[in-house]
Amino acid sequence: MNTLTVDGKLVTFSNDDRNLLEVIRKANIELPTFCYHSELSVYGACRLCLVEIEGRGLNTACTTKPEPNLVVRTNTAQLRDIRKFTIELLLASYEHDCTTCSKSTACKLQDIAKRLGVTKVRFKRGQSNLPIDDSSWALVRDPNKCILCGDCVRACEEIQGIGAIDFAWRGANTHVVPAFNKGLAHVDCVDCGQCSRVCPTGAIVPRSQIDAVWKELDNPEKTVVVHFAPAVRVAIGEAFGMPAGTVLPGQIASALRTIGFDKIYDTSFTADLTIMEEATELVGRIQNGGVMPMFTSCCPAWVKYMEQYYPEMLPNLSTCKSPMGMFGAVAKSYLPDFLNIDPKNLVVVTIMPCTAKKVEAKRPEFTTDGMPDNDYVLTTQEFATMIKQSGIRFQDLSPEPFDLPFGYKTGAGVIFGNTGGVMEAALRYAVEIVEGKPLSNLEFNEVRGEEGIREINLTVGELELKIAVVHGLKNAKKVVQDIKEGRKIYHFVEVMTCPGGCIGGAGQPVYFDKAIRTERIKGLYSADKMLQMQKSQENPYIQELYKNFLGEVGGEKAHKLLHTHYYNRKRISEEGMSILENVGNKLSISVCVGTNCFMKGSQEILKRVLNFIESKNLTDFVEVKANFCMENCDKGPSVSIGNKVYSNVSFDNIVKEIEAQLEAVTK
Amino acid sequence: MSNTQVDKSAMRKFQKVCDILQNYDYDSKNLVPILQEVQEEYRYLPEDIMTFVASSLDISPAKVYGVATFYAHFALEPKGKYIIKVCDGTACHVRHSLRIIEAIQEHLDLTEKRNTTNDLMFTLEIVSCLGACGLAPVVVVNEDVYPVMNPESTIKLIDTIIAKENGKEGDNDKVAI
Ligand code: SF4
Ligand code: SF4
Ligand code: FES
Ligand code: FES
Repeated sequence: MNTLTVDGKLVTFSNDDRNLLEVIRKANIELPTFCYHSELSVYGACRLCLVEIEGRGLNTACTTKPEPNLVVRTNTAQLRDIRKFTIELLLASYEHDCTTCSKSTACKLQDIAKRLGVTKVRFKRGQSNLPIDDSSWALVRDPNKCILCGDCVRACEEIQGIGAIDFAWRGANTHVVPAFNKGLAHVDCVDCGQCSRVCPTGAIVPRSQIDAVWKELDNPEKTVVVHFAPAVRVAIGEAFGMPAGTVLPGQIASALRTIGFDKIYDTSFTADLTIMEEATELVGRIQNGGVMPMFTSCCPAWVKYMEQYYPEMLPNLSTCKSPMGMFGAVAKSYLPDFLNIDPKNLVVVTIMPCTAKKVEAKRPEFTTDGMPDNDYVLTTQEFATMIKQSGIRFQDLSPEPFDLPFGYKTGAGVIFGNTGGVMEAALRYAVEIVEGKPLSNLEFNEVRGEEGIREINLTVGELELKIAVVHGLKNAKKVVQDIKEGRKIYHFVEVMTCPGGCIGGAGQPVYFDKAIRTERIKGLYSADKMLQMQKSQENPYIQELYKNFLGEVGGEKAHKLLHTHYYNRKRISEEGMSILENVGNKLSISVCVGTNCFMKGSQEILKRVLNFIESKNLTDFVEVKANFCMENCDKGPSVSIGNKVYSNVSFDNIVKEIEAQLEAVTK
Repeated sequence: MSNTQVDKSAMRKFQKVCDILQNYDYDSKNLVPILQEVQEEYRYLPEDIMTFVASSLDISPAKVYGVATFYAHFALEPKGKYIIKVCDGTACHVRHSLRIIEAIQEHLDLTEKRNTTNDLMFTLEIVSCLGACGLAPVVVVNEDVYPVMNPESTIKLIDTIIAKENGKEGDNDKVAI
């Protein structure tokens, strides 16, 4: 243990302390920061964490390594001045309509300005009138509020490995934008919202549907039912000053009823349903030699990621819809009769910890006759706002019961909300199926934890079950790559996009401290224990639903309602490039040079096709294009000739096709 | 006889981009020199080509866009080989520089919005003062300053450039059928 001095006090530190900032914070001094996040790399751009080090002058604490015997001062007149000055400059340079900003109260800029006692801005306010990007259902970007700290850029790159947004231009024109300044909905973003979670201001925020939901609630014709995800119950309290991880399902039910929802259900009920289908699917794949490993499919950002980057592995994704998706499908087909209402008057609202769920609800597979199965997706944050709008004193509510049957869940359906939870819930059923006898020990401690990648081997009957639990897409990429290249073999892999799983979702009350996640996870495991039942297969209302409505587990009706399929997806909306333009052409040829086809050698094919066309003097008759993705990646390289798309092509077979088709048209 | 035009230049350029990527080993560390060479082919960086470069180098298109916008010498809009600047500052304006602008637009089939010719030969830029008011109206083509111009002399100037270009290039790139 070494020591250094902070504001006259001796402070100990070890080699684990990454930087001076963390040492200072351990000494209970909350240095203000914008660009520092313990989960991300150090950037050192905001200069708020400046401290004075004896003999060295001013330094940014986040970029300084702690050294023995340093004498550090954090609170000199000069430092106070500089910090205030920095904040005033930011307030003057960017648009900050705090009273109407949805980030208000969770905004770091606002918070720090208050803490530092900034009461007036001495500079003239600049003008900034950049267009707002609301192309995405998940997020809204308001570049006028951006202070260029780069936190979002690093979150997207370092947590998710995507890099959908980055700095562009330079100097006074620097902005953070998606590729080519397009809207977020038109680029490779997977809607996870982690960028909005770390943004210290309101420059990227979840897109709100509160007003639309109020409108439905005010309509007496409508029966508005609501279901909320496991993760919501351990985080909503934070918005009302309660400690993270406080388990509050009954209080939520009470608040929802007061707000005016007609039926209060629980997404954990359909999480139980998901387990029935998914564990059955897993055992089926193992016993019948199906595609392995099986990946979980409840996280829409992960699903979109796979569709964009690993289309050839889509058969590995479980075909199960997410618990939210299953809820919507079952609710829309079962509830009208059950509640004796006209189907068109049923409105399904869901409260999720997640921004990507807003986009999932819009997927055409999850809509019936153009109407989404889940009509509106609110985040935990939006729900907190609605509670406040209603004037409800949430912290003083007494718990109330849920409505049956969809309000009844087991512990397995509740732990779904954290990393390792879906795996554990599935094991509680799958192991019983394989071993043919009830489980003696319900808790699979091996799969719990917060490591980004966890690998576990379990002996189940005669099978050595190999599983992995992953969170963060950057970690997921590593696991998928290992599987693809044969370095790792698994049976079952759980992937959640957000750090810590859904409890760390971007729709949750904003947090900057990793410890909050740990508390939320603890909360879910204790909620598991508090429930009467822990295994999905024991849920009596699930059993009844199968008996009276769905039929067999994994059967025909279950498949129709509860399962889905996936598509290859272009990463960026971009038309192909014209390579050989030819107005009066007879035949158009288009070669895919998207990543997947590229990996399978399409560039070489394209070059040879062009050479062939030239050498045969066909330039007058054909037109050639290069396409970024024909959404046919698993069967690449893809080439279209005339109106037909050819899969798994080689140069030789295309040439034959071109000649044959040319002969037909030139005749 | 048909008026079909086959433009092989796009094909050549694309083949060249593939070669550039290959020469740099598809290594994203070489992004700047790759973009530089690509720009030499196209005279600017088209979006679709940047996307193609991104996917070939396994980096995000946002990163390529970031680099392309950061360096002043990368152009994101097509620019002609000859950049014609016409001054419409007060001094030139009163000496009817607007007529020169209109004559160029008509002659090269350009509009206010579309200021570069399809064959990427000319770009017309209207500037507010070239600091040569004594010589008004002034036209600048790339580095060369042409003082006291009028519509007729400007068109003549452009035609000379076109003639020079045609003579030099032959019909390598364009085949009229
Ligand atoms: S939502 Fe996720 S994928 Fe999209 S830009 Fe933000 S961090 Fe990146
Ligand atoms: S959008 Fe937010 S997180 Fe990103 S650079 Fe701007 S202020 Fe920082
Ligand atoms: S936190 Fe250290 S410079 Fe931003
Ligand atoms: S990369 Fe998707 S079809 Fe070629």
